This record gives sequence, C-alpha cells and structure tokens, in this order.
Amino acid sequence: MNALALPTRRDEAWRYSDLDALATAWPAAAPELIIVRAGDSAAHVLLQDAPDDAVAIRDYRVEIAAGGSCGFHVLNIGGKLGRVTISVTLGEGAHFALHGAIIGGCEQTLEIVTTVHHAAPGATSEQVVRSVLAGRATGNYLGKIAVARDAQKTDASQSVKAMLLDRTATANAKPELEIYADDVKCAHGATVGELDKSALFYMASRGLDPATAQTLLLRAFVAGVFDGIADDAKRERFEAAALAKLEALA
Amino acid sequence: MLQITNLSNTVADKPILKGLSLTIQPGEIHAIMGPNGAGKSTLAYTLGGRPGYEVTGGTVTFQSNSVRPELVEGLSFSGDKREEKDGASTGSARTDVGAIDLLALDPHERAAAGLFLGFQYPVEIPGVSNLQFLRESLNSQRKARGEAPLSGGEFIKLAKEKAALLGMDMDMLKRPVNVGFSGGEKKRNEMVQMGILDPKLAILDETDSGLDIDALRIVGAGINAIMRKPDKAVLLITHYQRLLDYVKPDFVHVLAGGRIVKSGGPELALELEREGYAEVVAA
Ligand SMILES: Nc1ncnc2c1ncn2[C@@H]1O[C@H](COP(=O)(O)OP(=O)(O)OP(=O)(O)O)[C@@H](O)[C@H]1O
Ligand SMILES: [Mg+2]
Repeated sequence: MNALALPTRRDEAWRYSDLDALATAWPAAAPELIIVRAGDSAAHVLLQDAPDDAVAIRDYRVEIAAGGSCGFHVLNIGGKLGRVTISVTLGEGAHFALHGAIIGGCEQTLEIVTTVHHAAPGATSEQVVRSVLAGRATGNYLGKIAVARDAQKTDASQSVKAMLLDRTATANAKPELEIYADDVKCAHGATVGELDKSALFYMASRGLDPATAQTLLLRAFVAGVFDGIADDAKRERFEAAALAKLEALA
Repeated sequence: MLQITNLSNTVADKPILKGLSLTIQPGEIHAIMGPNGAGKSTLAYTLGGRPGYEVTGGTVTFQSNSVRPELVEGLSFSGDKREEKDGASTGSARTDVGAIDLLALDPHERAAAGLFLGFQYPVEIPGVSNLQFLRESLNSQRKARGEAPLSGGEFIKLAKEKAALLGMDMDMLKRPVNVGFSGGEKKRNEMVQMGILDPKLAILDETDSGLDIDALRIVGAGINAIMRKPDKAVLLITHYQRLLDYVKPDFVHVLAGGRIVKSGGPELALELEREGYAEVVAA
C-alpha cells in the first residue's frame, strides 16, 4: 500500500473519520516517537485545541521497555477534525495508561485511536476515555489491544463513556481484541448516555439555571480524567480548557 | 400567596389532576393527605414545572413576595411566554405587585421567585458536592433576583448554620448530592437545602417518610424554624399524623382522584387516621 494514499472508509482505523477534512491535510506528518527505557517512567500530555476550522492529526508511537511505564493524558477538543492516534508497544512488565477526554460540538469530528501491543509477558495497560458531544459532532474511540503469543499475564482494560447532549451528535466506541496468549485479562466497558433528566429537574428546582446545571453535570462526568497529571499548573490548564469547552456547549 | 384554580394536567397523556383548586395565604401551613396514586406528587411536580407534567387547564398565581416587589422585575421571564400572557403591556405584570403567573416560568425561575420543592425521592447527583451545588443554586437564584452573589465564606457560614439546625454533619455536605445517603439522611438534606435557599413557599412531599423518631422531631422543628413566618407558607404532603404533631397545620385537605375532595382543620388529619379514606373519597 502506498503510504501516501488517502485512507478510505474501508480502512478500519478511519471508518468514522472525516475524510473530506482529512484530504485537506494529507499526508499527515510522521509519528512522534516516545521511548521509555527499561525501568523508567514517563508522563505525556496533549491538549489538542486547534482552531475551529483546522485539521489536527497527532500521531504517537510509544515504546516502553521492560518494567517501564508511561502515563498519557489527552484532551481532544479542537479542530474540524481532531485526531489523536497512539500506538504503544509494551515490553515485559511494562505499563501504559491513557486518560483522555473528547469534548466536541458543531460539526467537529474528534477521535482517539489506540493500538496497544502487549508484546511480552506481564505488561498492563489501562485506558479511560470520556466524551461529551453536542450539535452534530462525532466522537470516536477505537482501541485495539493485541496480545502476542507469549505475552501471558497480560492485563488490559478500556473504559469508554460518552455523553450525547443532542440527538444529532454521534459517539462511536470500538474495541478490538487480538489475543494469541491464553492467560490474559482484558476488561472492556463502553456506555453512551444522555444527561440525567431527573437530576436536571432537581437542580432547576433549586434555582440553578439550565446552562450551569448542565455544566456541573458534565464536569462531574469528565472529572477525574486529569487527576493523574502530577504537575499542578498543567493539570489546572487541562481542567480549565475542558471547563471552557463544556461551558461553550451549554 | 398561592392560588391554584381548576388545575388539570396529564402525565404521559394520562389525566391526573382534574380541576384542583387550593388557596394558601402567607403565614399558613396546609397539609395534603390522600391515597397512594391520588396525584399528590403530581401536584408538587406540576407546581415545580417538571417537564412531562403537561398543564391542560387552570391557573396558578404566586404572590411571590409582597415585601420585595423588585423580585418580580428582576426575574428573567422568557420573553415570548410573557408576551402571550401579558399582551403588549409590560406594565401589567407590575400593577399587581408580586403576583406571578407561576406556570409561565421555567423551573429555575420558579425557585428564584421563592418556590421550594422537597422531593419524595431526592435525586442523587454523583460527582457534584452538596456545597458546590447549593452555592451555585443560591447564587443563581440571587442573580435572577438582581442580588449580589454570596462569597465562599458567607456561604459556608450559612451552610454551617443550617446544617447545625437540622443536626446534619458538615462532612455530609461535602459529599456528592444524596449519593450513598440513607433514606432519612436524604430527607434531612432536603431540609438543609430549604434552610439555605430560604424560600417563600415550600411544598414538602412526604418529607417525613423514612425519618426515624428523633429525626422526625428535628426535621419538624427545622421546618418550623425556617418556614413558620408571617410572610412564608408551607404545603405539606404526608400520609401520617405524626409529622403534624410537630408542624401544626392550619388546614388539612384530602386529595383524591386528582382533586381536593375535602378540607378542614387539624382535626381532619386525626379523623382520617382513625377512619381511613374510604368514607371521604366515596362522599
Ligand atoms: N410517568 C408516568 N406515566 C404514567 N403514569 C404516571 C406517571 N407518573 C405518575 N403517573 C401516575 O399518576 C398517578 C399519580 O401519581 P402520584 O405520584 O402523583 O401519586 P401520589 O398521590 O403522590 O402517591 P403516593 O402517595 O404513593 O406518593 C399514579 O396513578 C401514577 O401511576
Ligand atoms: Mg407521592
């Protein structure tokens, strides 16, 4: 396959994407490489808040050697198309954690696409993604977990929850497991919901205006995604950006 | 304070209230009793403006505050609804000082006008602390009334005072709204909220159910302390006389089949407790 050919819908990883928007920014830049040496730990954050009409493609390859660990925090809120792909390869006993939030409105398509290769025994991975989608926005999480034949004692989890604020918004959550070992734990949960109407009425009955009530509920929904960012200033920047985007949807 | 005239509604296309009338004056406490499914909670929700509780007839006028008429002007009416009701004259809402067409307001505007609903089943809101929720609610009300917001310090002082009045631990107010609260704790929390929001009219839907004997006494005393005032009024929905021993009603009504079928003084509650509803409802 020609590496420069524009992907099509038949391409699993691009199935729900905005290919028209993509065409304007193709070919995308080469992936950014993150290497975590044996026993080291690393923390990465990405605040993808490109302007409304932009196409932002952020591609990462993460290689974590034996006993290493990497935490990745993503807030994906910007662009007509905002796509974050992370391909991770885990060595023996290595650990990868992704905490991501997608918050979109209007005609945005926002995606987090991950592939986690458990290449050696005893590695663990954890992925938590929360999406809030309004208007005609589309939010996608595609998460593939590949467990190699000798990667026994693999422990992988994915927790994906989406909240739709309008009937016209769309959430896609697609886990994919490719497991060749037999002693493996893979936990996957995905839900799509709407704001709790009885909570909204309860809040209104106390005098809360609808926009504030919605923002409070949504803040609670994405709360915790950025708790793990150790640097206070960074964490506050993510929380503030998420809140501003939630308020813009109200 | 509240004048309900011939109120009818449907819930999921099913008629529930069928021409209910009731007038409450400032300073009064009214109790509503009635069989399960009679429409008591429906009345509370309809007055609160719950979506899905469709008013099909009648009117509700709320004399929100004769002492502070500016409250009415400060309220943010949604323009089109008001036009329908008031025609072109912007002056008409002001001529009857403080009288509001309650049904024209959105639920949060009704709260800002001074209405409080104590829920039969208080709602849990994971991830939102009681304190944050109440502070935002109170300040949202104050903003709608054109009042300055309370600072964090002022709010905490107020919350502590009301929690103490209801014998509730401040730690519970730091927890998410009603999450993991016992049935009785939820009811007590409703009353703490009422204390903080300081409404003009409280509609309390079975606030007594789920309370233990001591809690019932504390909640009863709390309702009296917060609401027994010449410019306030309470509508208590209850199944049992015991709450009425603490919060003495001026009037007792029986709601059955979507209407008030009988009204009387406090003795009516005792009579109902002895005889049941059969006679009243049949009459
Ligand atoms: N969403 C709904 N769909 C259909 N019927 C409903 C709905 N909500 C309420 N009802 C019906 O409306 C009627 C009145 O209910 P309501 O809760 O007001 O009764 P209540 O007098 O408060 O009873 P209780 O003493 O048991 O609390 C009941 O018959 C109930 O089944
Ligand atoms: Mg009821």
